[in-house]
Amino acid sequence: MDFILQPWAWFIGGPLIAVSLFLYFYFGQNFGASTNFETLCTMAGAGKVSDYFKKDWKQRDFALLFVIGLIIGGFISATYLIPNTNIDLNPKTVQELTNLGFSNVGNQYFPDEIFGNDVIFSLKGFLILLISGLLIGFGTRYAGGCTSGHAITGLSSLQLPSLLAVIGFFIGGIIATWFVIPLIF
Amino acid sequence: MKNIKFLILGIFFAIVLSKTQAISWYRFYEMFKFQSFHMFGIIGGAVVISAVFMQLFKSGKIKDINGNKIVPKPKKKGFISTVFGGTLFGLGWGISGACAAPIFVIFGFQLIPALILLFGALLGAFFYGLISKRLPN
Repeated sequence: MDFILQPWAWFIGGPLIAVSLFLYFYFGQNFGASTNFETLCTMAGAGKVSDYFKKDWKQRDFALLFVIGLIIGGFISATYLIPNTNIDLNPKTVQELTNLGFSNVGNQYFPDEIFGNDVIFSLKGFLILLISGLLIGFGTRYAGGCTSGHAITGLSSLQLPSLLAVIGFFIGGIIATWFVIPLIF
Repeated sequence: MKNIKFLILGIFFAIVLSKTQAISWYRFYEMFKFQSFHMFGIIGGAVVISAVFMQLFKSGKIKDINGNKIVPKPKKKGFISTVFGGTLFGLGWGISGACAAPIFVIFGFQLIPALILLFGALLGAFFYGLISKRLPN
C-alpha cells in the first residue's frame, strides 16, 4: 500500500506507459489521444458546418470511453492516491519560478497562477488557458498527433513524420518555457 | 459493452500519469528547461519498451484480441504540417503544461480551469477542420 501512495519513479512510469500502449493495440485500436478533440467536435455538431467533421463518431466510442476513463482515473488519483503533492524539483527550477512570481513551487502539481480557480475570473488567466488550448487543439490536428500518438506510438514504430513532429514539440515547448512564460509572468 | 476495457485502460493510464507526476505543470517546465531527467526518462523509457512491442507486433508474434495482425497506422507525411503543427502544439503544451491526454486527467483532478483548456482545444481542432484543405503539408 505504501508503494501506491508514494510518487512513482521514471523507471516505473516509462514501462507502465508502454504497457498502456500495448493493451490499446492488443484491444485492436491505434494508441493516441488527440483525435478525440475531433470526435468531440463531431459530437457537438461540427459536421453541420464543415464536411471535415462529417464522420460517424460511434465508430470511436472506444476512444470516448478511454477519455471518460482518463477523467475518472484523474479523480481517483487526486482523491485517494496522492496524499502528498510535493514534487522533487530541481532547486534551480524552484528558484527560477519563484523569481517569476510563482508561489508554492514544488508543493503542488499545478500552479495556482495557471490552474487556480480564480483564473476563471481574470482575463489574463482565462486567455492563457484558452490560447494554450487553441494551440494544443490546432497543433495536434495539424501535426497529426500528440505526445501519445507521435512521441510514443510514432517514434517507437520508427516513423519519420513523428520524429519531425517531436522536434516541433520541443521547438514550441522551449520557446514557451524560455521566452513566453517569463514574458507573461 | 465490449469496449468497457478501454474505460478501465483509461483509468489505468490516468493513474500512471498522475502517480509519475507526468501531468504536473512543473515537470514539463523542468523538461523543456532541461533541468531534470525525470520526464525524459519516462518518455524515453516508454518509447524504448514500446519499440520492443512494435517489433513483436511487426513480426506477428503478438496478434490482437481478435487474432488480427497489429499494424500501427502510418502517420501522414508532410514537413510543414509536422514541424509547424508540432511547434504550435509545443507552445500550448509548454505554457499550459498539458498535452492531449493530461487535459482530461487534470479535469479529473477537479480543476474547473481545465475545462477552459479543453474548450480551447476543441475550438482549435474545429478551426483546423475548417481550414485544413487550405493549409500546406
